[in-house]
Amino acid sequence: MIANYGYKDGSGEYYISIDTDKCIDCAAERACLKACPQQMFEIITDDYDDEVAWVKKEKTRALAYDCAACKPAGGYTSLPCTSACTPGAIKHSW
Amino acid sequence: MNAEVAAATAAPEKKEFWRWQENTWFDETKNWKDAKIITCGIDVGSVSSQAVLVCDGELFGYNSMRTGNNSPDSAKNALQGIMDKIGMKLEDINYVVGTGYGRVNVPFAHKAITEIACHARGANYMGGNKVRTILDMGGQDCKAIHCDDKGKVTNFLMNDKCAAGTGRGMEVISDLMQIPIAELGPRSFDVDVEPEAVSSICVVFAKSEALALLKAGYTKNKVIAAYCQAMAERVVSLLERIGVEEGFFITGGIAKNPGVVKRIEKLLGIKQLETKIDSQIAGALGAALFGYTLMQKQAAK
Ligand code: SF4
Ligand code: SF4
Repeated sequence: MIANYGYKDGSGEYYISIDTDKCIDCAAERACLKACPQQMFEIITDDYDDEVAWVKKEKTRALAYDCAACKPAGGYTSLPCTSACTPGAIKHSW
Repeated sequence: MNAEVAAATAAPEKKEFWRWQENTWFDETKNWKDAKIITCGIDVGSVSSQAVLVCDGELFGYNSMRTGNNSPDSAKNALQGIMDKIGMKLEDINYVVGTGYGRVNVPFAHKAITEIACHARGANYMGGNKVRTILDMGGQDCKAIHCDDKGKVTNFLMNDKCAAGTGRGMEVISDLMQIPIAELGPRSFDVDVEPEAVSSICVVFAKSEALALLKAGYTKNKVIAAYCQAMAERVVSLLERIGVEEGFFITGGIAKNPGVVKRIEKLLGIKQLETKIDSQIAGALGAALFGYTLMQKQAAK
């Protein structure tokens, strides 16, 4: 399942997409949890009884702000979350 | 000041124009006492609550009403409304699944499942296994969902950041225009020329924007048309992010508003699949069907 977390407003589209099929047998030992300085992710049991990553509910409405420090303007050339997730489950829309 | 601007700026009448039809239905051709497994889904949304009863995997009855101040009471009242009609007691129900934003506050639920999975499952039952793209226009959020032929979610996107494009937004317009909510859709087509969509459909700005349009000479019908168009454009942009596949289905209260639905269909160039079942119960129906599957799995062990 592709789960898109985030929102669209006048300034743009801010979504983190997680391909949860890749999380079921995570080959990166849940590296997303430690990699994110904002602790955006957690592991949940989804509606189909699979253990997958999702973006914490309280974080989904402020992605543009929370992730700002990891974006190129913050000195990063690649995002800590996408680099750590070697299965390639995480994508950002902006 | 024209008459419609004067009416809209005057102290609003006490009448609750936004109040939509609460609804109870059950299948009079069947007797629930004949069922081996009775499951219930309760969807406590921000604006409406539904309780759905499923007997041996088939829809048997439902009650749809406005959500009150408190989620547990709304869940109880929704279920009591249908149980009283058919002489059923809580003990007669084998399994209860809660869904919606208040799903964790359904006191007698055995399990809570997100509304995303439940809407997909409900839409699969209501529209058949051809359903692939679901647009759920709820009271205060809007979801775009893709599912497979079994109603399992493959992709979803939810907009819950503002009430634009939601049932609550339509309720606000109904009260502002002092026109019963069920009449908004039909009246939106009663215009000489289809107006441009309003620029902002933020609920907070709806009143000032609607008044500005009336002052500019728009009739009430034209303001409603502009608002319906704006809602349609808003949800279509949400849908476009995940893409629209054939087998399009709309759930939620707004699915009953042809002013929005027909404009969405026009923008997408695709017609939604028809159903005879009330679109507002999709989440609760999906929850009850999940309960049925869980009961079957338990029985098979
Ligand atoms: S997001 Fe990536 S690192 Fe995190 S659990 Fe899923 S596959 Fe593993
Ligand atoms: S961009 Fe940074 S803050 Fe945002 S999810 Fe990735 S690691 Fe976390």
